[in-house]
Amino acid sequence: MWEYAPAPESRDIANLKPNYRMFVDGKFVEGTGEPLKTINPATEEVLAEVSTASQSDVDTAVKAARKAYDRVWSKMPGSERAKYIYRIARQIQERGRELAVLESLDNGKPIKESRDVDVPTAAAHFFYHAGWADKLGYAGYGPAPLPLGVAGQVIPWNFPLLMAAWKIAPALACGNTVVLKPAETTPLTALVLADIIQQCDLPPGVVNIIPGAGDVGASLVEHPDVNKVAFTGSTDVGKIIQRQLAGTNKKLTLELGGKAANIVFDDAPLDQAVEGIVNGIFFNQGHVCCAGSRLLVQESVADEVLEKLQARINTLRVGDPLDKNTDVGAINSREQLTKIKELTESGEAEGAQRWTSSCPLPDKGFFFAPTVFSNVSQAMRIAREEIFGPVLSVLTFRTPEEAVAKANNTPYGLSAGVWTEKGSRILWMAQRMRAGVVWSNTFNRFDPTAPFGGYQESGFGREGGRTGLEAYLDV
Amino acid sequence: MAAPTTLPSALADAVRDESSLRRFLHGLPGVDQVGVEQRAAGLGTRSIKKASKLHAIDLAISMVDLTTLEGADTPGKVRSLAAKAKRPDPERPEVPRVAAVCVYPDMVKTAADELKGTGINVASVATAFPSGRSTIDIKLADTRFAVEQGASEVDMVIDRGAFLSGRYGLVFEEIVKVKEACGDAHLKVILETGELVTYDNVRRASWLALLAGGDFIKTSTGKVQPAATLPVTHVMLQAVRDWKNQTGELRGVKPAGGIRNTKDAIKYLVAVHEVAGPEWLDPHLFRFGASTLLNDLLMQRRTQLDGHYSGPDYVTVD
Repeated sequence: MWEYAPAPESRDIANLKPNYRMFVDGKFVEGTGEPLKTINPATEEVLAEVSTASQSDVDTAVKAARKAYDRVWSKMPGSERAKYIYRIARQIQERGRELAVLESLDNGKPIKESRDVDVPTAAAHFFYHAGWADKLGYAGYGPAPLPLGVAGQVIPWNFPLLMAAWKIAPALACGNTVVLKPAETTPLTALVLADIIQQCDLPPGVVNIIPGAGDVGASLVEHPDVNKVAFTGSTDVGKIIQRQLAGTNKKLTLELGGKAANIVFDDAPLDQAVEGIVNGIFFNQGHVCCAGSRLLVQESVADEVLEKLQARINTLRVGDPLDKNTDVGAINSREQLTKIKELTESGEAEGAQRWTSSCPLPDKGFFFAPTVFSNVSQAMRIAREEIFGPVLSVLTFRTPEEAVAKANNTPYGLSAGVWTEKGSRILWMAQRMRAGVVWSNTFNRFDPTAPFGGYQESGFGREGGRTGLEAYLDV
Repeated sequence: MAAPTTLPSALADAVRDESSLRRFLHGLPGVDQVGVEQRAAGLGTRSIKKASKLHAIDLAISMVDLTTLEGADTPGKVRSLAAKAKRPDPERPEVPRVAAVCVYPDMVKTAADELKGTGINVASVATAFPSGRSTIDIKLADTRFAVEQGASEVDMVIDRGAFLSGRYGLVFEEIVKVKEACGDAHLKVILETGELVTYDNVRRASWLALLAGGDFIKTSTGKVQPAATLPVTHVMLQAVRDWKNQTGELRGVKPAGGIRNTKDAIKYLVAVHEVAGPEWLDPHLFRFGASTLLNDLLMQRRTQLDGHYSGPDYVTVD
């Protein structure tokens, strides 16, 4: 047997500090909230202590953002704003390894993903939006569309740096200022981004980053001087925010959960479909709102696909996120691990057939072996609820109409995948999918030029592309 | 059409006549170009270090078909290549021997004399290599000559013109006949993937060669660009894996041409390991057709053991 020797990326590159502070008005300051300890989910050790914002800190941050908006940022020509945004993009690339290692430490995702996906895509979002800053008049929203003001942004723990980039880059390009709250369990890379922003000499107050738990997020979105709220996270919290904002004139975009169908027809390129299924559900441990968590496979190839899929999943390497050969890293928190276990147990109890990869798991840390449920029916919880973990539910269909009906039979509608070699069928399916993103013969591909967002309980508003600018412009 | 071995009924049907063969080959699942290239690039980022790297280097050395296929080949050149095959690194006798020496038919005897009793195979290209543009009689005579001269492995080329014009039966029959002419010698079927161009064609040609009884499927002659590439090798590895799942038989894969350094060779081994499976990590089932690769493997091997780089002057140039 040929065993790959451990090939760990050095954790020193992360430049980890014992304490991190919040970033308000261009300075790193101590928050007056209760400090939080962020842990490495792969080892359960404490990585750093992070100061958090109290209600008054939220107010200070919003005031700083308002002042920066009124005095500097909204008046600055787009071409000048672009220079700052380009500078941030270049600095992210410069410090790419540091950000990648830190992200893997704090989040648990494998280094190959933070290195090859999260960090480069984050930089790409700044580059892309920097280009828009002086061309907003050509975006199709009138000759000189105006910014909204102060944007309050709350982001999740699954792509900490990338989500910060998705939120901050378009806001800045359109001329808004930002108060951003990173997730409680993954605040570190956003604070290194704050350091980058400081070094790029962005005018004080244009970007403020205030760590904390849900209560900080709640006071941020409630703050009367916030003009725009952007939230990515769970559907439950999204609904609370929408209720809170009802009757105010704040603009809102929500990017919430999903239960995407990945639909494989019998004429699909099967080996690549298997890759796409694996990438769809095991990428980032399945902590992806657009994960292809429901596999819909045509009955005539179901056995073959399942067999190939299991063989492929058995080659996935689960373990140390810093090892360059790790394919699936650690579940982000104990809480999430408990939720995944609870849902998979319900799958077994409801009669689905469970298969789990034979891969060894580390003794410490929060890990969950890639799992596939077959014989799943639409009525089961594992087919309806978002698991947000490395768990795939396999359903079958007989005709394209049935595939459409089953795929759309969910309160969510974020993404879908269609696998077939027949071009006309791809288009036919794409028209019928109630999903914001439809991938064909691929899955989980992100590009700043392509709008991303959902239907129904997956939220509303788009991020990325020309369409994404609308969320940050007064149109 | 006569199938060379007893096949499971589904596959026996495939080779019943020309039209069933065509139906079978066109019924194979397609290959998505973007997907297979992405997967090959992704697996290419595996980081193989320390003991696993040294193991990979030794394994790769034992899989090399040390090749010289030049118009300028002479008995002297072949003899020195044979010497290299026996003792790749003269200062380090523990270095494994290569799998085979690969030459043109008229050089087979020279190579066979040099390699007698060493366990190193003599492979010969045949069948109007590299173009394959001749009559079947000449191709068979070419094959028989190589085997009589002492070749234990024959690397044939398929008729790409026939394949691309859809005359699959002709290609199939040729492989079956050459296989017969080989006797006990192992048959490697060169698909010349650089001329087949699409991955769908590579998959069809791979299955065609497996159905006709090829012991190995080989990417290229080395005379056409592009020669071996990682994604093409992925598709061929998938074919032998699927073949094993359906028949229980193990068939081999040989990428040839363009694999020049250790880093690339290790990417191929990772693909073998994770696409086909660990049992293919064996010189009986995977080979590198290469001439310059061996010296880079030897240099990297020294680096691993000595802790520093030496240089091209410390390995023998043959």
